Amino acid sequence: MSKKVLERLKAQLGSKILATSDFRGDDEAIVALKDWLEVARFLRDDAELAFDHYLDMTAVDHPMREESGEPGPRFDVVLFVRSSTKNHRVRLRTRAADGEAVPSLFPVWAGASWSEREIFDMFGIPFEGHPDLRRILLYPEFQGHPLRKDYPIERTQPLVQYRDVDGIDKLPPFGPDMGQPWTRVDWAARMHGGDVQVSPAIGAQQGQRPALSKGPEYTLASGDKNPADAE
Amino acid sequence: METNYEELDEDGQLELPAEPMRLNMGPSHPAMHGTIRMVLDLDGETITDVDIQPGYLHRGFEKSCERGTWNQVFPYVDRLNYVSPMLNNVGFSLAVEKLAGLKVPERCTWYRMVLGELARISDHLTCNSASAMELGAFTPFLWCIKTRDFVWDILEQETGARLTHSFGRIGGMAKPPTEHFKEHTLAVLPQVEESIAETEALLLKNRIFLDRMQNVGNLRPERALALGVTGPVLRSTGVDYDVRKANPYMFYKDVDFDIPVGHDGDNFDRFMIRFEEIRQSIRIIRQCVEKMPDSGPVNVDDPRFVYPDKSQVYNTIEATIAHFKMVMEGVKVPAGEVYSYTEGGNGELGFFIVSDGTGTPYRVRVRPPCFLNLQACREMLVGDMIPDIVPTFGSINMIGGECDR
Repeated sequence: MSKKVLERLKAQLGSKILATSDFRGDDEAIVALKDWLEVARFLRDDAELAFDHYLDMTAVDHPMREESGEPGPRFDVVLFVRSSTKNHRVRLRTRAADGEAVPSLFPVWAGASWSEREIFDMFGIPFEGHPDLRRILLYPEFQGHPLRKDYPIERTQPLVQYRDVDGIDKLPPFGPDMGQPWTRVDWAARMHGGDVQVSPAIGAQQGQRPALSKGPEYTLASGDKNPADAE
Repeated sequence: METNYEELDEDGQLELPAEPMRLNMGPSHPAMHGTIRMVLDLDGETITDVDIQPGYLHRGFEKSCERGTWNQVFPYVDRLNYVSPMLNNVGFSLAVEKLAGLKVPERCTWYRMVLGELARISDHLTCNSASAMELGAFTPFLWCIKTRDFVWDILEQETGARLTHSFGRIGGMAKPPTEHFKEHTLAVLPQVEESIAETEALLLKNRIFLDRMQNVGNLRPERALALGVTGPVLRSTGVDYDVRKANPYMFYKDVDFDIPVGHDGDNFDRFMIRFEEIRQSIRIIRQCVEKMPDSGPVNVDDPRFVYPDKSQVYNTIEATIAHFKMVMEGVKVPAGEVYSYTEGGNGELGFFIVSDGTGTPYRVRVRPPCFLNLQACREMLVGDMIPDIVPTFGSINMIGGECDR
């Protein structure tokens, strides 16, 4: 069964399959970056292959690849899919240089969405055509991409200011200073005779409540369908 | 799930149109087990969209693995799915053994299967009882957690730790089975059976429980496949994919067990599948205990991978040096890349490991089943109501350690 997948791929796609291997029984095919999306579509739509079960996608960083004599760009992007009807699986691999965009597989398997966000988060590989490419495990202010080999493991990150997000009430409805320990009164300013300085979010809450609006951080994948935003 | 307004009764039609609202739920919310943030778009009480934001428990598992030796990964995998750490231990052992081409002795494989299935029981007991507790049924939680502790007693007896065992090793296990392993295991199984029967008797005729579980959080099979869902969540939609049957590893092809599948892909199916899987795990354990030899080696007889015996280490210079080199330099795993997958508590637990031939992993990628299951949570929730988040999120069994790594 396992041989059939790679043979079918080679027979149907010919030169698009750059190399294949079956080390330890794992079928693998390598394709060029420009054929990535097309081969993925073929994997899903071909009746004999029928890879309908998305499993995983990840990347491997090889920064020293060129120096070690093996030509090729820096990153390997690896896709794992399986067929629920035929019960076979394959590993598809492509290579991308630093900063080079990889076509998103979201149109093929919806499950690729979060995996691609994670690869973007961890390796800084951009995905072309991804509907909502932002960090997923780390926070937006994180500097660098930690799974790159040149990211030192002991590196520390700068502290991040409180984010002020429109449309989300961060405080209890009693106002900024009703004895709740989680209010964010600027005590330094208050002690120096200033007004009750609070963060803009609280200020907004004290005054008129702002209309719902999506901050840049909260763009949802499904597009704009909140009627309050249109106003 | 689209609302068919024509089918709504009078109460439904009387509901006033509400302004759309954005609500922030979490990351620390009493009704959700797991640190996760949901930004909900609401129309009245109906969820029109949800942005699920994981990552609050991210601690750099994959980066940490690239620093130590291969055997130093085991404590990290314990902390992935921390309600069934033994399955992660076994999964990672199998991955490295696949890359190294090792075949562990028969006794070790049976031992791993028993321990793994015990861990699965503990996983499902935790998930189901916590789901019930979140719906207000506190008693099943107490019963199941009590039973889970009996299971953990066995794991403690075998490994020395209740939760973070770090018991797997490349080419074997840290210790052979203890003297009373078999009889203690067999003694616990009836208690597990009894407690799940009691729990089912308490819940399955309860109107509140059924109303909140049935037809809530539905997922269609083709969407589940495209979204990468595995495990009980996938099987609840009717897809009979279980790695233990589809691609049997260890000796799963030699034991007799069934794969429960659901029909509607709702919370109730997921709940029932987990309890049925506990019963199947009990079946597997009984067969494994019968077939497990009482004596014989547990570790591979290969000094390149297995630590020498401690009595040798303390008494002979050769074993001392061998031990020192293995601890300091690490076990040298041959260069290559493999993807090894097992059935974890939540689905396909895959390890994609890349070795450059040194004692340190070049890359360890874990395919976290609940990360991908959680991605499908949006489809389950959109169209449902705010109170439905609690049982739906509970039935996915999101484990922060595994999801966020």
